[in-house]
Amino acid sequence: MRIIVALVLWLLPQVLVAQEWQEQQVFGAPETQQKLRIISSTDTFLFAPFVESFVSRYPEISVEYLVSETADIDHIFRNDPGVFDIVISSAMDLQLKIVNDGLAQPVANVAIPPWAQWRQSLFAFTAEPAAILINRKAFAGVSSPQTRQELIEALRARPEVFQGRIGTYDVRQSGVGYLFATQDARASETYWRLMEVMGALDVQLYCCSGEMIDDLSDGTIAVAYNVLASYAAAQVEVKDAIEIILPSDFPTTIMRTAMVSIDAPNPEAAATFIRHLVKVQSDPQQSDYPLPPLNGQGSTRDRATITMGPALMTFLDTLKRRRFLLEWENAVIQN
Amino acid sequence: MTHSLSISGSLRNRLVLTLTGGAAVLALVLFFAIRNYTTQIAQQGQDSILNAAVTSILDAASIRDNIIEVDIPYASFSMLSTQSDDLVFYAIYQDDTFLSGYPELPLTNVTGRASIFQTALYRGETVRLVTAGRVLIGTQKRTQIRVVLAQSQGELADTLRQISRTAALFGAAFFALLVALSYWATSTTIGQLKRLTTSVTRRGPQDLRPFVKPVPTEMAPLVTSLNSLMGRLDHSLSQSEDFIAEAAHRVRTPLATVRSYAEVTLQRVDKEENRQSLRAMIRAIDESSRAAGQLLDHAMITLRSDHLERQDIDLVTLVHEIVLRLTPIAEMKDLELCLHGDSNVAYSGDPVLIQNAVRNLIDNAIKYAPSEGRVDIAISASPRIGISVCDSGHGFPSAEVDTLAVRFKRGTNADGTVGSGLGLTIAIDVAKAHGGDLVLSNRPEGGACALLLL
Repeated sequence: MRIIVALVLWLLPQVLVAQEWQEQQVFGAPETQQKLRIISSTDTFLFAPFVESFVSRYPEISVEYLVSETADIDHIFRNDPGVFDIVISSAMDLQLKIVNDGLAQPVANVAIPPWAQWRQSLFAFTAEPAAILINRKAFAGVSSPQTRQELIEALRARPEVFQGRIGTYDVRQSGVGYLFATQDARASETYWRLMEVMGALDVQLYCCSGEMIDDLSDGTIAVAYNVLASYAAAQVEVKDAIEIILPSDFPTTIMRTAMVSIDAPNPEAAATFIRHLVKVQSDPQQSDYPLPPLNGQGSTRDRATITMGPALMTFLDTLKRRRFLLEWENAVIQN
Repeated sequence: MTHSLSISGSLRNRLVLTLTGGAAVLALVLFFAIRNYTTQIAQQGQDSILNAAVTSILDAASIRDNIIEVDIPYASFSMLSTQSDDLVFYAIYQDDTFLSGYPELPLTNVTGRASIFQTALYRGETVRLVTAGRVLIGTQKRTQIRVVLAQSQGELADTLRQISRTAALFGAAFFALLVALSYWATSTTIGQLKRLTTSVTRRGPQDLRPFVKPVPTEMAPLVTSLNSLMGRLDHSLSQSEDFIAEAAHRVRTPLATVRSYAEVTLQRVDKEENRQSLRAMIRAIDESSRAAGQLLDHAMITLRSDHLERQDIDLVTLVHEIVLRLTPIAEMKDLELCLHGDSNVAYSGDPVLIQNAVRNLIDNAIKYAPSEGRVDIAISASPRIGISVCDSGHGFPSAEVDTLAVRFKRGTNADGTVGSGLGLTIAIDVAKAHGGDLVLSNRPEGGACALLLL
């Protein structure tokens, strides 16, 4: 028995170290006293400029930045909230449920509008619409679809072009993909028709936006549905190959959110980080960092940002999720 | 004469204390009543929203292929969104099997469609819990779906804080109003008493008329008693005055008779010791007669000064007449009466009273002045109208100048002089009735001086 306990104690850090991260990077001097551990769904290249400016401004703090997929972040963090200081994710629903479950701690004196925070614990710092990305080559000579309905028509018109060349999130794996899907389904029936059309054309399912954009830019796929526009916009090298379309029928805009773990090892440094992050991102004119600001592109409220509130937990209910995934699979996986 | 009253408490303080205390109690009662009532309403508000949410969840429950599906509507949780970002917990049970949500939420047995509300502590938060159930009938069996929905009470606490503030404000305003009101009421009540006190204090010593000004009902018995007391006092005073006047009058006539007999007898008696006795007798009779006269004068003055009848008179003429009348008496003592001053001093007053006063003053002077001396009588019109009578006797004893005017009081140096002590009192009463005063002093060259200021 004692050996087993010792073994577990010995293995535990090994497991943590063994955790596979999509990306992992340390910012700032490694010998600092305060080491912030941030688990995030935001790709390092998007967030690095901000973190670098943060550690240069607060040299006593160093940041270890770990990247994983939104749903994985939820699992990893819930398993051991004491290991991380800050959780950043675009899956607002998962983030809100973490706060609701009491795993986040409030941060005082964060200058943020009420609609962009929840319980002074969850803080939004970007407003990002989901976009339809198309490969310009595939739509050469054809007008690009501006709404979901037009996309359906475009796909139906040329099935030979799009067979096996459409990509979207695998909502069973991706937290943010699931959030987009559920919000779309809530907004309009068009979503299900689109899924059925895409299912019939053998849609490719992705875990992450990065791979989708890569495949889109090299022409492996022609259309990517529900991708965060910010990723595509930030990748200069793919700009020419890809057109970003914000569907004009109804936009789905999420807010990237950050919170401090209830058991954060460095709560004060974490609070400083959150305050700085919100302050920088609240400036609609900010252009130093690749992430879109909270108030960018006019009023975010007009863009129908998903409301932060307990309703976000609806689709996370086990029964509801089971039912939704069943319907989604019926529509998307047809072979 | 003045007893020190024993004071026990203050009506004003008692009133203010009672009213303020009452106001404080009322304000507190108001505060708690408002708070309790609105708390109930606020709680009912939360309960009805929770009930609507739980009902909408239950309505979304169905059996499909013998599997329970609960398609929670987005609105169910959406309606639980609050300004205070309250936490939401829920749990769904099929019979006693946990289906989804938060398994640690306390589950209550429910029968029928009634929802059960309770307040509990969950994960360190005070939450309002609603439990509701619904029976679904499938092809094979009946099954009960139960939903527990809980919401933290941040919004309610905020509302309560606001309500408490408002209620406290109301209570304080109510209290302030009541205090102001009680202060006003007390002042008005005490004011009536004060007014009565003032009108009693302002009265002259002789004014024993009843109070006729309107008074509040509660004070009527007091004023009635006061009036009747004054009535009795007035009655008994006038009775005694009447009695004195009557007595003096009755005594004077027989005294005159006795005196004339004594004088006749004196003429007939030759033996020196007998004459001595008779002279003493005559002196005694004179004194009694004079006293009776003065008592009569005083009674008359008391009567007349109550209803002063002013006439335009010339003081010089008036005094001159008195001097003429008294000259024979003065001559008996070899005294000279000298009248000085202005030839004409007009004054509006009661001639009978002034005559009386001046006669008594000159009478006193004649009495106290040594033989072969003189009495100076001066009438002046400025700076104040006054009549001074000065003699060349031993003067007033300096220690008694102030107390001499009290009735029946005589100077300690008056031994061997006929007098009742009423003379100065009469002069003072007359002066006071005319709004003046009597000033007693001693002349530096010797002799007393009485100045009747009118």
